[in-house]
Amino acid sequence: MEVFAFSLFNGILYGMLLFMLASGLTLIFSMMGVLNFAHASFFMLGAYLAYQISAYVGFWPGLVVAPLIVGVIGAAVERWGLRPVHKFGHVAELLFTFGLAFVIEEVVQLIWGKVPMPYDIPASMNFAAFSWQGLDYSAYRLFMLVISVAIFAALFLFIAKTRIGLIIQAALTQPNIVSALGHDVPRIFMWTFGFGCALAGLAGVIGGNVLGTEPAMAITLGPIVFVVIVIGGLGSLWGALVAALFIGIVDNLAISYDLSFYPLFAVFGVERDVTGIMQDLVRLTTASIAPVLPYFLLVLILIVRPRGLFGTRDV
Amino acid sequence: MLDVRGLHAYYGKSHILRGVTLQVGAGEIVGLLGRNGVGRSTTIKAIMGEVEPRGSIKFKGREIAGMKSHDIARLGLGYVPENRDIFPTLTVRQNLLLGQKSARQTGRWSMEDLFDLFPALRERADTEGGVLSGGEQQMLTMCRTLMGDPDLIMVDEPTEGLAPQLVETVAELLNEMAGRGLSILLVEQKLTIALRISARVYVMGHGEIVFEGTPEDLRANEPIRREWLEV
Repeated sequence: MEVFAFSLFNGILYGMLLFMLASGLTLIFSMMGVLNFAHASFFMLGAYLAYQISAYVGFWPGLVVAPLIVGVIGAAVERWGLRPVHKFGHVAELLFTFGLAFVIEEVVQLIWGKVPMPYDIPASMNFAAFSWQGLDYSAYRLFMLVISVAIFAALFLFIAKTRIGLIIQAALTQPNIVSALGHDVPRIFMWTFGFGCALAGLAGVIGGNVLGTEPAMAITLGPIVFVVIVIGGLGSLWGALVAALFIGIVDNLAISYDLSFYPLFAVFGVERDVTGIMQDLVRLTTASIAPVLPYFLLVLILIVRPRGLFGTRDV
Repeated sequence: MLDVRGLHAYYGKSHILRGVTLQVGAGEIVGLLGRNGVGRSTTIKAIMGEVEPRGSIKFKGREIAGMKSHDIARLGLGYVPENRDIFPTLTVRQNLLLGQKSARQTGRWSMEDLFDLFPALRERADTEGGVLSGGEQQMLTMCRTLMGDPDLIMVDEPTEGLAPQLVETVAELLNEMAGRGLSILLVEQKLTIALRISARVYVMGHGEIVFEGTPEDLRANEPIRREWLEV
C-alpha cells in the first residue's frame, strides 16, 4: 500500500512537471500551427540558469529570476527568429526550432561543459516532510508539487478569466478577426511564446535538481512532452494535464512494481527457463519497458483516436 | 472620412483589385455592390490591412495603406467580417468584451445599450456564441465591433441568409449607427437593404468601380444593373 501511495505521489509529481512543459508547448502549437522542437531546451536553460544563480545568491532568487530570463529569451526568439521565418511556411519554422534546439544545447555545453552540474536541492528543503511505514518523503518533492499545482491553477484562471486570456483564446483560432478588433496579435503571440518558455524554464528550475542538470536533459524529456500533447490532443490544455498525469503515474507504477510478464507467456505454455529468442521476452518486466510505454501509448492513440483525447483537430 | 484612390491588390499572381476609387463621407451610408468574386470583400480587407494594398487609402486624412490591421482598427475603423465570425467557444459577453480595444474603453456604445437594442443577446449573455442562431450571431458580430467605438464601420454581407424580419433588424441597426454619427460602408450582393438605406452606391465589376451614384441613379440605369448586378 505504501509503495502504491508513494509511487502514485511521485507519478503525479512527474506528471505535473510534464504538464508545465506540455502546457506551454501546446499553447505555442495552437498559435503557430507548428511544434516547437526547442521547447525542452528552454526547460534545460531554466535548470542551468537556476544552478548558476543559486551558486551566487541561493535557490530562492533563482526560482523567480531564472524563469523570467528564460521567458524573455523565448519572447526574443519568437520576435527575431520565428517571426521572420514565418512567411516561408511551416516547414521552415519547424526546421528553425529544430536547429534552435541544437544551438541551445551547444551553447549550454560551451558555457557549462558536458558534465552534470552539482545543482542541489536547497538545504532549507532537504529534510523528510513526513514518514510513512518507514519510508521518508522529501520536503522538496512536496514543494515541487505545491508549485506545480499552483502554476496549473494560475494558468487556468489566467486563460479563462482575464482579458488577456480571452484575447489569447480568441487569437488561437481567429487571429485576423482579433487584429481587426484592434488587438496587437503578433505582440500577444510573442508574449505567449515567452510565457510558455518561462513555464518550461520554471519546470527546469524545480526539476533540474531532482532529474539532474546536464546537457542531455532536453533530449531526454523533449520527446515525452511531445507524446503528452499528442495523446492529450494538440492545443488542449485539459488534454495536456490528463495525459501528463497519466504518463507520469503509469511510468512510476511500472517502475516501482516491476511486474514480470512471465505469467502472460506461461498461459501459452512457455517454460521459465526457455532458451533462444523467447529467453529475453520471458525476462521482460514492467520496469524494463517503462521507458517505451509513453511511445507505445502514442502509437496506440494515433491509431485509435488521431486527434488525441481532448483534441479538436487531427495531428 | 474614408478616401480610397487607385487601390490595387493581388492574391499571389492574380490581380484582384484594379484601381478601386471610392469615398465615404462623415455620417454617410455608402453601399458597395456587385456579384460574387468581383472584389467587394477584398476591397474592405485591403482597406483593413488584411490583404496587402497598393494605392492610397486615407482615413480621417491619414494615409493608412501599409499599416497593420490592429493599428488601423485603433484609429477608429471598424470591420464586421462576413460569415458571422464570432468566437464560438466564448460567451456572448466575452465576445462583446473582446470588441473593446482596452478594458477601460468607453464610447458611443455600452454593453447595456447593445443589450437594449437586442434583448436576445442579453438573455443569452452567458451562453457560448457557437450555439446562437445565425441571426443572433450576425447581431453579435456587429455589436462586437461597435464595442470598439469605431467612427467608420465596414459591414460585409450582414443580411446574407437572414429571415426577412431579421433583415429589417439589421437595417434598423445600421440606421441607428448612422444616427449616432457613424459612417458606414455596406457591402451587399443581393441589394436587400443597400438601395433603401444608402445615400450613395458603388457597383463593382472585375476589380473596378463600374458605377457610382445615388440609389435612384442606379434604379434608372438599366444597362448597369443588367450587366453587373442582376443574375
